[in-house]
Formats: sequence, C-alpha cells, structure tokens
Amino acid sequence: MRVPYGWMADYCDPGLLPRDLAERMAMTGTEVERVVTLGPPSAEGFVIGKVLDVVKHPDADRLNVCQVDTGDAGSADGGRTIVCGAPNVAAGQTVVVALPGAVMPGGMKIKQAKLRGVESNGMICSDRELELGEDHNGILVLEDGPAAGTPAAGVLPLAEPVLELEVTPNRTDCFGIYGVAREAHAISGAPLAPAPWDGGPIGPGVGSESGDLERLGDPAGAVKTADRARVLVRDEELCPRFTARGYAEVKVGPSPRWLRSRLIAAGMRPISNVVDITNYVMWLTGQPMHAYDLDLVPEGELVIRRAENGEKVAALDGNDYELTDRMVAVADRNGLAGIGGMMGGSVSEVSDSTTTVLMEAANWNGPNILRTSRDLGLRSEASSRFEKQLHPDLTLRAQAVAARLMVEVCGATPMTGIVDIAAPVPAAEPIWLRAGRVERILGLAIDTDRQARALEMLGFGVQRDGKDLLVSVPPDRHYDVTREIDLVEEVGRISDLDRNLPATLPSGPGRPGGLSRQQVLQRRAEDSLRESGFDEMVGWSFTDPNEKDRLRLDPEDPRAGAVRLANPLSEEQSLMRTTLLGSVLGAAQRNLSRGADRVALFESGRVYLPAAAFGPGPLGGDFPGNTRPPFNEPQHLCGLAVGSVDPSTWRGEASGADFFALKGVLEHLAGSLGTAVSVERIPGAPTQPFLHPGKSGVVRVDERPIGWIGEIHPLVAAEYDLDCAVAFEIALADLLQASPVGEEAYRDFTPFPPVDRDLAVLVAEEMPASSVLAAVRDSGGELLASVSVFDVYSGEGVGEGEKSLALRLRFRAPDRTLSDEEIEPIWSGIIAALEEIGGKLRG
Amino acid sequence: MVERIEQIEAEAKAAIEAASSATDIEEARVRYLGRKAELTGILRGISDLPPEQRGPVGSTGNKVRKALEGLIEAKVDSIRHAELEKSLAGDRIDVTLPGSPARRVGHLHPITRTRRMIEDVMVGLGYQVMEGPEVEHDYYNFTALNHPEGHPARMLQDTFYVEDEQHVEQVLLRTHTSPMQVRAMEAAPPPLFMIVPGKTYRRDSDATHSPMFHQVEGLAVGEGITLADLKGTLLAMLREIFGPDREIRMRPHFFPFTEPSVEFDVSCFRCGGSGSLDDGSRCGLCKGIGWIELGGAGMVDPNVFGFVADSGYDPDSVTGFAFGFGVERIAMLRHGVGDLRLFFDNDMRMLEQFS
Repeated sequence: MRVPYGWMADYCDPGLLPRDLAERMAMTGTEVERVVTLGPPSAEGFVIGKVLDVVKHPDADRLNVCQVDTGDAGSADGGRTIVCGAPNVAAGQTVVVALPGAVMPGGMKIKQAKLRGVESNGMICSDRELELGEDHNGILVLEDGPAAGTPAAGVLPLAEPVLELEVTPNRTDCFGIYGVAREAHAISGAPLAPAPWDGGPIGPGVGSESGDLERLGDPAGAVKTADRARVLVRDEELCPRFTARGYAEVKVGPSPRWLRSRLIAAGMRPISNVVDITNYVMWLTGQPMHAYDLDLVPEGELVIRRAENGEKVAALDGNDYELTDRMVAVADRNGLAGIGGMMGGSVSEVSDSTTTVLMEAANWNGPNILRTSRDLGLRSEASSRFEKQLHPDLTLRAQAVAARLMVEVCGATPMTGIVDIAAPVPAAEPIWLRAGRVERILGLAIDTDRQARALEMLGFGVQRDGKDLLVSVPPDRHYDVTREIDLVEEVGRISDLDRNLPATLPSGPGRPGGLSRQQVLQRRAEDSLRESGFDEMVGWSFTDPNEKDRLRLDPEDPRAGAVRLANPLSEEQSLMRTTLLGSVLGAAQRNLSRGADRVALFESGRVYLPAAAFGPGPLGGDFPGNTRPPFNEPQHLCGLAVGSVDPSTWRGEASGADFFALKGVLEHLAGSLGTAVSVERIPGAPTQPFLHPGKSGVVRVDERPIGWIGEIHPLVAAEYDLDCAVAFEIALADLLQASPVGEEAYRDFTPFPPVDRDLAVLVAEEMPASSVLAAVRDSGGELLASVSVFDVYSGEGVGEGEKSLALRLRFRAPDRTLSDEEIEPIWSGIIAALEEIGGKLRG
Repeated sequence: MVERIEQIEAEAKAAIEAASSATDIEEARVRYLGRKAELTGILRGISDLPPEQRGPVGSTGNKVRKALEGLIEAKVDSIRHAELEKSLAGDRIDVTLPGSPARRVGHLHPITRTRRMIEDVMVGLGYQVMEGPEVEHDYYNFTALNHPEGHPARMLQDTFYVEDEQHVEQVLLRTHTSPMQVRAMEAAPPPLFMIVPGKTYRRDSDATHSPMFHQVEGLAVGEGITLADLKGTLLAMLREIFGPDREIRMRPHFFPFTEPSVEFDVSCFRCGGSGSLDDGSRCGLCKGIGWIELGGAGMVDPNVFGFVADSGYDPDSVTGFAFGFGVERIAMLRHGVGDLRLFFDNDMRMLEQFS
C-alpha cells in the first residue's frame, strides 16, 4: 500500500519526518517497507513561471528562446532567458521552472549553460521530467492562478514522500488512506479530520462540504437509479452486499491534475476521470468500486450469480477468463459483464463516449475471492482487498465519496437513491476488556484511562464500567477485533511496548530441559562420521522423477516415489526423495566436476515413504499428536566416498576407498554407539539395483536389516560421472535402538590369562567368513572368548575355488587358568564343526 | 701402607675423572681394580702383614676399592648417556613437516552446527527438543493454528501441496515448524516448554528465499506466562547466540496463531546497534538500521488452545508464548554467508570452512 504523505496529511499530519513516522508505524504494527521520494529529491529551486515571450533560437530549428517571469531578481527585466526544446511552449503559459541549482529526479543539477550560443538560466519542466506523469510530448502547462515565483511544491506534489506499507492481512482498514491517517493519529496524537464520507475533505479540487450522502441523496427532479438499473443478487453468501448509483450527463475526459498526481503517487495509472474516481475512492476508503457504461448494460439489468462451468468473460485487462461454478460473476442479459470482486468486463467498459454511468460498490465473500484469484491466476487491487473480507457497510462510504467526485470532476448529475441489496449482517457485539487482562497477557500494567484513550484514538467506542471497559468495534475493524485478546493487542501495540515492556523469564517448566536419548545418540552418530573424515551435507528433500531411472529402481519399487507435489516449482523438484543416495551422488558429482580430487560426504536426513510402519520414536517417523502423519519420514544416514578417505601425505599416497574402507567407517559408527553391525549377503534376497551385485550387502544389527552398503553399480556411477564410489545408507532409529549407551551393566573381568590358538581352514571360495566364524562360535562354548580372521589367502597351495582363512581363537575361564587338557575337547568340537560346513583344516 | 693406598685412591680418582670414553674408563678400571692392580695386590697380601697393620690396611683398602667401583660405575653411566645424546642429536627429523593425521578431519554442516547451538541454549533454559512431520495434514499446518479455510494468511505462505486424489489440498509440506505446537499440546498437558527444529517448505526461490529451509519453533505454555517473559526468553537466547551486549526489539505484527503478535530484531552485532561503523560509514550488515530482523513470535492465540482443550489447555488458566525463526538466517549472520543457496549446494570448499 503506497501512501503519499501529503494525501494522508489531508486527514492527519503527525508532524513527523516521513522516516520517523515510518519507524513509529513499524513499532506499532505496520511495517513500512521503505519511504521513497517522488520526483526531484528536493522541491528547492522549482518555481512557477509565466512565459512572457517565445522566439525561435537563431541557430537551432527545434529550440525556442523564452523569456519567463519567475518572480525573482533574475527575471526582473523582461524575464529570465530559458532555452526550451518543447514544441508546445507558448507565451502566456503558466509553467514550472527549475532554477539553476535545482536537482532533477535522477540527480542532474540544473546549471546556467549556453545552448548553441544562447545563455539559458533554468529549465521549463515536463510532467515526465518531474515524475508527475508519463506525458513527455511537451512541457507541463498549469491552469492560470499561482503567481510567478510561487514555490512549485505548493501547487504540485514535488519531492512527495511516499510510504510503502506492508499491511498485514488483518488490517483491511490500512488499505485506505483514511485508515492509515487514523493510525498516524493514534501513534502521534495529532488531530484527525473527519472521514471523507463524513464531512471531511475529499481532495484539493473538491469543495469542503464533502460527499455526505444526505446532501447528494435526492437532487430534485432527477431520474431514480432504480428506474435505470435493476440488480438481482442470486447468491447472498458470495455477494453479501451490492450497491449501485447512476449518473447522467457524465463528461468523460482526463482527470484534473491533482487527481492524476495522487494516483501516480499511489502507483496507479490515470485512465479517465470516471475510472480514476473508482481508483481514488478505493485508495482513500479501502473499498473498491467499478464503473459501468450504463447504456451498454441491456435494460440496465445486472444479475450477481455463480458462474457456470466454462462460462467465459472478456475482462478489462484484455484477457478472456473461463470461470467455474465456484466463482461469482456479474451477468447482464447477454452474458457475463464481470468477475465479481476481481475485475469488470469489457462489454460495458466506460469510454470517451460514455454519458451514463453506474457506479458499483459491492461486498464479496473473502475466502471465495481468494480462491477465485488463485484459480484464475489473477490478482487485482480490488481482489487483494476483497480477499481479506471487507465489511459490507464500507460500500455506502465509497458511494458517498464517489458521488461528490462525480459531480465535481465529471460534471455528472447523480440519479436519485442508491440501489442497495444487502444480506443482514449480525451487529458486532461490544466486547468487555476486563481489568487486569492487559497485564495478565503483556506482563505490563497499563492504567484504565490509558487503555481507553488508546482504543478511542484507534476508532473504537469505549464505555467505562469501573475498571472494566465495554468496547464497540467500527466496521473496518469488524473481522479483526472480535475478542478481548484482540483488544489487549490493540492497547499493547500503541503503548510503546518496546520501551516499556520488561524482559523477564517465565517461572519455569518444572522439569529440566534436555535432549531425548535418540537426539543424544543421533548427534553421536553424526559426530562419528565426521570423525571418520566425512563432511556433512544437506541435500534437497525434493527430487527429480528421473532419479529412479538413474538409480535403476524398478517403477514398482516403493522408492520410485511416494510423495508427489501437486504444485512443484519445477518438474525436477516434483517428488520427495525416498533415499538420500541421489542427493549424495549429486553432491559428489558437483564437487568432482569443480576440481575436488576425492569426496567423502554424508547426510543425516529424512526420506519420505508410504505410511506403513512408524518408529521407533520420532527418528523412525513416529511423531507425537493425535493424528498420524500422512507419510512415513524416517531419518536416514547415508555416506559416500570417492577416492581416498584417509588423506595422502608426504609419507605416501593414500589408497582409494573401497568396500572395506567404508565398512570400517560403518563399524566405527556402530562402535561409537556401543553396538556392532554385520554385513551379509542374504541368499535369494534382492540386491539393491544401484549397487555392484558382488560387492554389496545388507547391513544388519541384532539380525535386523537396517540398510545397505556396497560399491555403486558402474552404470549408476557413470550416470553421475563417477569412476568408482562406495556408499551406505541406514535407518538411523533402527541403529540407535540397538545402542546400549548409558545402559551398560558392569561385568567383572577375570585375572586369569587367556590361551590363544590359531588355525587355518580351507573353505569354498563363496563361503562367507561370517559363516565360518559362526560355526566356530557355536561350537566353542562358554570358554571361547573370541574368534577373529587374521588372514585370507588363495592362490598357490590352495585348491581352485577354495580359500584359506586363518583364525585366531582366544579361550578364557573366569575362575582359573585353562590347561591344554581342558581346551582339547573344545578344540576337537570346533574342528568337527568346521568340517561339517565343508572346511578342511590346513597343515 | 695406608698412605700408599690413599695415594692410589687419589691417582685413580684423577684417572677416572679424566676418562672421556668407554675405553679410557675400562683402562682405568683394569689399572686400579684389575687382577694385576696394586690395590688388588695389597688386599690379597694382607695376611702377610704384621697383625697390627692388617686391620687399618684392610679397612682402608676395601673402602677405597668400593669408592672407586662406585666412581667407575657412575662414570660409565655418564659416558654412555653422553654418547647416546650425541648419537640422538645426529638422528634428526624435520619437525616442521605435517603430521600424519589419524584420520582426515570431517566437518558438520553449518546448519547442523547452528541448530545444535540453538538447541543447547534452549535446553539450558529448560526446554525439550521435539521433531515433527514435514509432510503434514492441512489441519496441523493451518486449521488448528487458527488459519480457517479461505483465510488470507494462508496466502502469505505459498504452500506446496501433495498430490492426493482422495484428499484434495489436505496434505502439504509444512510451511513452518508451528504444526508441532498443536501436536505437542495434544500429546502432553501443560506446563510445556519445547522447541522444534526442522525443515520447512515454501514455494519461493531466489537469493533470499529457498523452497526448503530450516526453522526453530519455540513454545512455552503454563500459568502466568506473559509477553514480557517472551521478551526475556528471546533476549537470553539471542545473547547466547550473538553476544552478551545484544538488545532485543519487538515490533507488533500479525500472525493468525498468536495474539498479540510481534516480529523480533536483535541489535546489530557489527555496529553495536548504532547503524554506523567506527569510520563513520553505514553498517552493511544491518543496512544502517542498527537492528537485524530475526523472526516472529507472540502470545498463543486462545483459539489455538481451543483446538487442544481436551489435553488440558484452558485459556482462562494458562497462557503461553510461541516463537519461530530461520536457522539459515542465524548461520548466515554468524558466518557471513551471503547467499542462502550455498547451504544446499554442498561444495566441500564451503563445508570444510566450518569445523
């Protein structure tokens, strides 16, 4: 909302510098985005001039040498000499002169200068040069009146400060100049003039006995509006009020200068006096209007009804819109004449030949306008007001102001009476503001008198009842202020809260704050990957529908995409990711293409899956609240390495990360949580399509699968321009669930020494080491403390298709030193178990 | 004879003292304590001495022998140490070469670091940390936060909706972390003090708007909680984040789910809130205003309590405040990151600047 300071000052001049007013408004609830100055930075040096004489420049066809009276010493003897290139300059004109020293918009300073040999002592300005309009066909010519030498700022809005307000959607009153003036009044205490519909001023060119309805209501002998216009409202829910007034003998033409200047300052384009009046009234009162050429409305009949699906309307912006039955339209006998609350139709547009006008001021259903605006992709100044729900009573205010302007500006004769079709509006009940309520909410006591005064200045009616206040709400605050708490806010915001409000701490939650166990362990898990040399990244939750192809996912795979956006910013961001792998691969690709020589990245983030199993805990997608979330959002951890994880140093080249390097990282992660993971290749289980089938496996904890690890499939790696990459992805909550951190129970350890024995066993090449270890463990009994692989060998001395695993077994008893005799039978059992799975003991 | 022994002692001490190598000291040992040494001979021949001399000669001889043995041993040690030191001094490395790292050092993302810092500050003030769904029901994101259907405030946040034939426009990507206010109140009666960090989404993309970003929500509900408590809480938090000299400013604003509502600013930590730098130039961080806009807050609207009345939230007995702000914004301010998009580009040259 652009508020020209001078326009607001018609009603309340707070006596503050615009930027100080802006600051005060910001501190009372109305953000001022910026204060701009229209036209020249200062009005200094711009004066009214009278053109005394014009002669052709001796050396330039297009230039004139003018003598201009500027009422000062410089023009004492027959005028000031000014060279002017405008074609329309003529003797006798009243013009605006920029004297030497004046600064033009854009910063150019006017100087004495010779133009083709003739000294010029200033410049005669055009509308465009002063940023007062778009007309650049010639100089600005004023009506006679102001004397030569009068500061031009008294006549034209030069250097007009304009406040650009960011009005919050609840404050529909501040979408009108008068509402902003009332706000300035409440902030500054400066007097407030009566409203323009209530005897206050309307504009510089309009007589002060304003547009009050009583005066203009019934000119004797005039035609009645109701005789010329018939309005039917078929849907009172969508159109709670429709008012219309006819005008005859309308002279359509350009608006007077003051009106055009104000519209331009407000950011609107002047069109014609009738249209300009609708815009001016909207800007002043907050209530949009629309003007029909009544002669182009067959039989003067307008019907407000729901549109039919597919019904089309040609709107004033030159576009055709196709409506649906959720939208409200204004129809004439032949078809649609407008989209209710949005935009009028071109069929009855006011033009130069219009003589009879019907002025509409209607009220529309806010939510419906909001939806229509979104569905049509059309937003107008009118719809942006209506969508916030205006009060139906504002319509008559607008009619009152418009009537005055139609008479004064267009020379129109108003028809008698206003057609007014109104659904009943429940009267606003007065609201009690009880003593102590303000202090209870704000934590700051404000005495009752100050509360009452604040509310009165904001336009509320206040009755005192002891320390309680009974407050009635004006129509333009009707939808915003409905409860006691809303009054508390009103009192608070203009009580200089920023300065007066103490900063205290609440008495406290009554229990210590803290992170949940899951949150503590999540940090530990992330820290572990950081310790392992991985940089954490944050990828987009959005993904591209083609990612599933790049990852070779089957279209039937649930990971091909569960959450699809209805209105994505682009097709590339239209799905929610189901795996972190795509994000991590993408980041690796970007880093390598930018010259990185290796990549080790991890992400801790959510994936978005169909709502199936939730949990455990919030990291598993099980969030508090009565209603389950629509989808499952477990937290995943994904790590990826390309090239070395450990750095190369001056002591040697680091080797590239392979499966085992990454498995070590994963084991470190599990170890930092006090647990362990295993990696298995489960026979028959489907492998991940994006992994190397021979160098990948399922990550398990306590036998439960929690994710995968492996070398990226060469075809997938190629999609991301990678040679070789290894990665893992696990469900974090599942891993954390296995962690005993903080719950470990102490077990006594034995002082008796262990007995270590090694063996080497030949097994089939495809036999997993984990099966061999399991066979040893199962047969080793309680005295077998541990078993580990310390060498794997195949080649010379080992048969084709076989490998040799060297194992170290450690035996220990809690209460004695073990003897060979005790170990012997266990040892035999272990050998037997190994033979049972096809193992042969080596030499 | 005793005198002779004392002479020998003096000679031997001088020889030991003068020894400067392992060879020298071995020679001295052989000469004075060896089998053919004079002292050895004297002691061996004691029985041949007259009885009255045997005592003094024996005791003096043995004493001297012991003393010399001790001196030789000490000298041997000292010579060995000196030789070791000498050889160590020659065994040099270039200590200025870089160490061999145990592992490469990784880095946490600046958003994670910032989020954790905020969490830790709020935990210190007695808050729990909660997470909530990002794909959310309209009910939690809007309706129960006092944005009825058709409310213009729904337009303030351009929302991503989820394609769902059964429930048109019922499922969306949360536009703020505020839906968890309602979920948390559904789940537990007052008093409730919690924060919610997490991802949020709005349909907006340029250098200062990202369609995905991170927020932290705060909610405190209990008896007697006021707007002044909100101010004190935010001030305490901002001072932890931006330094002990910071001040807070609250500007009235509008949010459907708080009443009264405010936006809050922190005094600029570069110019100290004056808007200009020491050299008189305009502060570029706060753009000369002296304040940096951070987030929105307010007193929980009674209508919101109305949606969780069953869990014991009665606006006549409890009040509360809520606040929310962007994590990226804090990270950008603290680390001087100029472009929001850098956070999601994940260039390691950026990531590795934050330890």
